[in-house]
Amino acid sequence: MSVSLFLAVLAVLAFVGFQLGKSRAVVTAGGKLSRLHSVPSYYGLYVALWVGLPALMLFALWTGLEGSIVDGMVRSSLPAAMAGLSPQEINLIMVDIHNLAYGNITSRVPDPALLAAAEHYKGLREIGNGALAVVMLAVACAGLYYARQRIEPGLRARNLVEKVVNIFLILCSLVAILTTVGIVLSLLFEAIRFFTKVPPAEFLFGLHWSPQTAIRADQVASDGSFGAVPLFTGTLLIASIAMVVAVPLGLMSAIYMSEYAPAKVRGTVKPVLEILAGIPTVVYGFFAALTMAPFVRDVGQSFGLGVSSESALAAGVVMGVMIIPFVSSLSDDIINAVPQSLRDGSYGLGATKSETIRQVVLPAALPGIVGGVLLAVSRAIGETMIVVMAAGLAANLSANPLDAVSTVTVQIATLLVGDQEFDSAKTLSAFGLGLVLFTVTLGLNIIALRVVQKYREKYD
Amino acid sequence: MTDIISTPRAAAPYQTDDFAARLKKRYAAERRFKMYGMAAIGVALAMLAVLLASIVAQGYTAFAQHDLALEVYFDPAEIDPQGTRDPDTLSNANYAALARNALLAVFPEVESRTDRRRLTAMISNGAAFELRQMVMDDPSLIGTRKSVNLALASDYDQLLKGNIDRRVPETDRKVTDQQIAWIDKLVANGNIVNGFNWRLFLNGDSRDPELAGLKAGLVGSLLTLMVTLGLAIPIGISAAVYLEEFAPKNKLTDLIEVNINNLAAVPSIVFGLLGLAVFLNVFNMPRSAPVVGGIVLALMTLPTIIIAGRAALKAVPPSIREAALGVGASPLQVVTHHVLPLAMPGILTGVIIGMAHALGETAPLLMIGMIAFIVDTPSGFGDAATVLPVQIFMWADSPERGFVERTSAAIMVLLAFLIAMNAIAVVLRKHFERRW
Repeated sequence: MSVSLFLAVLAVLAFVGFQLGKSRAVVTAGGKLSRLHSVPSYYGLYVALWVGLPALMLFALWTGLEGSIVDGMVRSSLPAAMAGLSPQEINLIMVDIHNLAYGNITSRVPDPALLAAAEHYKGLREIGNGALAVVMLAVACAGLYYARQRIEPGLRARNLVEKVVNIFLILCSLVAILTTVGIVLSLLFEAIRFFTKVPPAEFLFGLHWSPQTAIRADQVASDGSFGAVPLFTGTLLIASIAMVVAVPLGLMSAIYMSEYAPAKVRGTVKPVLEILAGIPTVVYGFFAALTMAPFVRDVGQSFGLGVSSESALAAGVVMGVMIIPFVSSLSDDIINAVPQSLRDGSYGLGATKSETIRQVVLPAALPGIVGGVLLAVSRAIGETMIVVMAAGLAANLSANPLDAVSTVTVQIATLLVGDQEFDSAKTLSAFGLGLVLFTVTLGLNIIALRVVQKYREKYD
Repeated sequence: MTDIISTPRAAAPYQTDDFAARLKKRYAAERRFKMYGMAAIGVALAMLAVLLASIVAQGYTAFAQHDLALEVYFDPAEIDPQGTRDPDTLSNANYAALARNALLAVFPEVESRTDRRRLTAMISNGAAFELRQMVMDDPSLIGTRKSVNLALASDYDQLLKGNIDRRVPETDRKVTDQQIAWIDKLVANGNIVNGFNWRLFLNGDSRDPELAGLKAGLVGSLLTLMVTLGLAIPIGISAAVYLEEFAPKNKLTDLIEVNINNLAAVPSIVFGLLGLAVFLNVFNMPRSAPVVGGIVLALMTLPTIIIAGRAALKAVPPSIREAALGVGASPLQVVTHHVLPLAMPGILTGVIIGMAHALGETAPLLMIGMIAFIVDTPSGFGDAATVLPVQIFMWADSPERGFVERTSAAIMVLLAFLIAMNAIAVVLRKHFERRW
């Protein structure tokens, strides 16, 4: 609550600064606006920025550091009896202190020392917040005073304001890079922790996946094994079923829509097909688990085949349906990019429309289509909800589409849902899988984007 | 005159039988090819129809629900024996007994303990809470009789909706023959009313299907989307403006561009891993909170918005920029006064599509713990919350027949929102589309 109050006060101050700066500029110019370097509102903005920015930066800095500073102070003030404990135990105590301070449930009955520490923690945070409020207000007022003093007709307010805006724009564009760096670092760090417990070779080439590890030392029969090959094959199996469904259907609908369909049909069918792309994946998952899987099982049983109730086939087919619009809209773009002159040349030689498409348009569009299909494959590999709901958890090493298989994404999701500690090989293995998933999809995407780009340059 | 000897001319190559046969074959191939295309579209549309039809068929019944209309006597001896009207006493009274007595009054012939227990099992666990709420709101009810609609336990609701087959042998059924007889009597007496299922929209989640509602998920989705919007729109538009209007062509901007394209294709669950490792484990932000969910979804939708935004900015003709520059505007003024307003409809379309995507996303939110069982509606950005798609995912896991129905209904609500958002995007595009 206090955070939004701070920000509201700051916003009001900035607005006041804007008005003050504006009127001050008019006054210093003696009412002759032409003497000013910039339009008066730029002087207002200049003051407002001086009010808001330093205080905001301070605020961000404090919110980033507060936790560790306060924790450190509480830690050093813990009673001597606790000082001899191992780092893990200290961490547990800190968690309990946080929970006590926020009125949450703790892992044990609090003893007086802990309660005192929690009070201390709460007190420190309150002092911290109070100090922050005072300092922020002081900084904002100082900014207001300084900026207002500097206003004079010669001040190049517009350039200064625009420089700040420009920096802001650059920072916003850097968010994309920061996100990627964040993804890579978080996956790498956790995965490295995992690989210190399980050797990478065993992870990448092991044939048995069963991540259940012993929680207590005396537990029997649960030393997890982390051979991810069954997950890779399961992922590939489902992705290939999905591609078998999506590529012919998507490609043929794209061909029909760009080459044959009258404008009216195209205008209605295209958006309707795109609904398929807009349906949330959890809906597909529900459909796959509740309608498709029993259907596949019943059909299989009527032919005397043993189909497991969570078959790769059901998940793959539904995933394929989800990807159809993706393949079709990408191929549609690429087919449309093939110059009409190539088609006209082919018609001139007496080829029929289908011969033109098969022998001229498709070969010309092939690199682009391949790129599109690769993007679709990467999407199929990374898809989570459909397989979580319909593909099952049994990591079978099987190429039979009627078996239940598990995928990389299913394991990531099931390993990390719920409360876990983050130093068991079980939870860390999810980051190992995530790293593989990210690397593979990133590789596919880069290749696909390259292929599409390279092809595009041919005719433009 | 000499006779002209007419020599039989050789048939033109295109008149030979051979050629005709080949031509026929080629035309047949042409027709077949066209048929394949139509069949492909037909299959895709059929799948869409089957998907929607199966969900509507399974879920439309969830919007109505059977209630027990019973005359409840708010017995002072049960609720408030001392007559103090003390809120503590009122809230701790045994309201389940009131509901049970009301139902037993309809069946005076049921005597044995087991039968009575089976009979009163037809009242939902939530009935007691609903009665309590009524008394807490209006203590003057105590001592009066009032006809009240109480929730019917889900199995009997399903029976009345025909989802539990009466012909199945009794042992395979969740409802006994005797209970069916009771239900039939209640129906005959007019004690069963069928009305719109307000609980679906007014309640939070519950383990009992007849009480489970979407409110917590709807509010959670709203809060999460607000965070996503608040971050993704300013950052996305600023990034698009910088890259399209100001960025020099150098290594850094190339890197940013490649990055954005790649991020657009990174699996969503990887963003969940990012949220878990960075926001929860490093920054110690609260689990299951709309803030974290919103940030993760914002990072995920950012590439969509940037790419759409750049396309919209690119569509604004350079003449407008040159004219503004020519009368002395600074590059930033050109963008804020002229280019951005013109490109806004296109950018907004991208924003809405990105938001629709974020609204339906589930996987990354599972990673940051938004799969919590939430009964209370979240009241702030830091509270534990769940969102609509995650609620669907959790309900889909529940084995009760009543949850199948509700899952489908929740999907219909979600799809209604998505279709509304997409419709807005289409209208915007149609309305503001300009050609220069």
